[in-house]
Amino acid sequence: MSLFNYLRQFFENPSYHSGYDSIWTRLVEHCQYSAVALLIAVVIAFPLAVLSGHTGRGDGAISVIAVVGRAMPSLGLLVLLAAEWGLSLSVTMIPLVLLGIPPILLYTHAGIRAVDPAAVDAARGLGMTPWQVVRQVEIPAALRLILAGLRAAAVQIVATATLAAVVSFGGFGRYIIDGLYQYDYAQVVGGAVLVAALSLVTLFVFWLLDRLLVSPGLRTR
Amino acid sequence: MAATGIFDMPSYVQSSYLGLVWLQLEVSLGATLAGLVISLPIGQLCSRLPKLYPATLGIVTLIYSIPSIALFVLLIDYTGESETTVFIPLTLYTLAILVPGVVDGIRSVPRDVLDAADGMGYGRIRRYLTVELPIALPTLMAAVRVAAVSSLSLMSIGATIGNYGGFGDLFLLGLRFFDNRLIWVGLISLLVLSVLCDLLLRGAQRLLTPWARSLRGAS
Repeated sequence: MSLFNYLRQFFENPSYHSGYDSIWTRLVEHCQYSAVALLIAVVIAFPLAVLSGHTGRGDGAISVIAVVGRAMPSLGLLVLLAAEWGLSLSVTMIPLVLLGIPPILLYTHAGIRAVDPAAVDAARGLGMTPWQVVRQVEIPAALRLILAGLRAAAVQIVATATLAAVVSFGGFGRYIIDGLYQYDYAQVVGGAVLVAALSLVTLFVFWLLDRLLVSPGLRTR
Repeated sequence: MAATGIFDMPSYVQSSYLGLVWLQLEVSLGATLAGLVISLPIGQLCSRLPKLYPATLGIVTLIYSIPSIALFVLLIDYTGESETTVFIPLTLYTLAILVPGVVDGIRSVPRDVLDAADGMGYGRIRRYLTVELPIALPTLMAAVRVAAVSSLSLMSIGATIGNYGGFGDLFLLGLRFFDNRLIWVGLISLLVLSVLCDLLLRGAQRLLTPWARSLRGAS
């Protein structure tokens, strides 16, 4: 298998062990871009989705946003913004944030809508304020779907953060783009495997969060 | 200045506008079709044996979370810088949308209807083609539309491995040659093409399910 030879060549190359182009530097960059974009997407989308789910409004608008999210050509948007507004990291964040918003909106909204109305009625009957109902009943009961939305957003963002390298920034995408330009296929393969691994780790982290945070009573259903 | 009209491509694009449209449609819609052909038996199997479904769903989700750029470049070693290299990952990604679509579609067929078909002496294949598939069609087509539109946009990433991104090529070439007009043309063309494909598939669905129209008209 030649892929393994390329991989060995990449991981044994000392220039990726330390310094500017090291795997650790690129990992930190990639995680930074992804975490910041996810955080901004959560701050924008989560409160909106909780509100729309709680009040039961906006079903139509949210399903439209979900389709638009899937259709969004992130590479095109990234390149366009970079070309029009210049190469800056905050501009590069915009497509990543936009990519993260639809899944968070969709899943959180659906999750809160799906909470058993009897539980909400019971909470109201106990004299809870709407804020308490949201925080202590609706969000915990919808947590599974909320986490699934965050997972979908995070995985998409991690995958697409690779493209930051197209517009001159770092992250694991650097290896792929540089490798392609330099006809250095070992570097391309190394970058691709690192990006794929990081995506799978992201998936695994959310699976773990689901195990740890979701109430066992909800999981058996 | 050779490129003056909106649809005239500068020489470094190495493809005419219509050539890009064709490549875009051929690869994206081809991948959606291939994904559908693979998903139909998988979905059928999963609805027959419900225990298989969570595992299958896990596998397609796992594949979907591998970044497209990684799959593209890893495939270069096997299929070269070619349309096939873009086609294969796109097909795999559609599975994450189409397999659940097929299963939901088949599950939407009422048990009584299947029993009625059995009672009328329909064979397995005839029942599948003339009863199950038509009833599952609206759900199935909704998934096909999402898969087609997402393939169209995902294909742009193919530009990173050479001239195989359809309109995505215009993004990278525009960036490289400081031609913002080219990026705009690529982005707007891609959006228009996505909307047209969606409308076309909606139209096909209406033609394929005439009873849905008459039902809506009656109520």
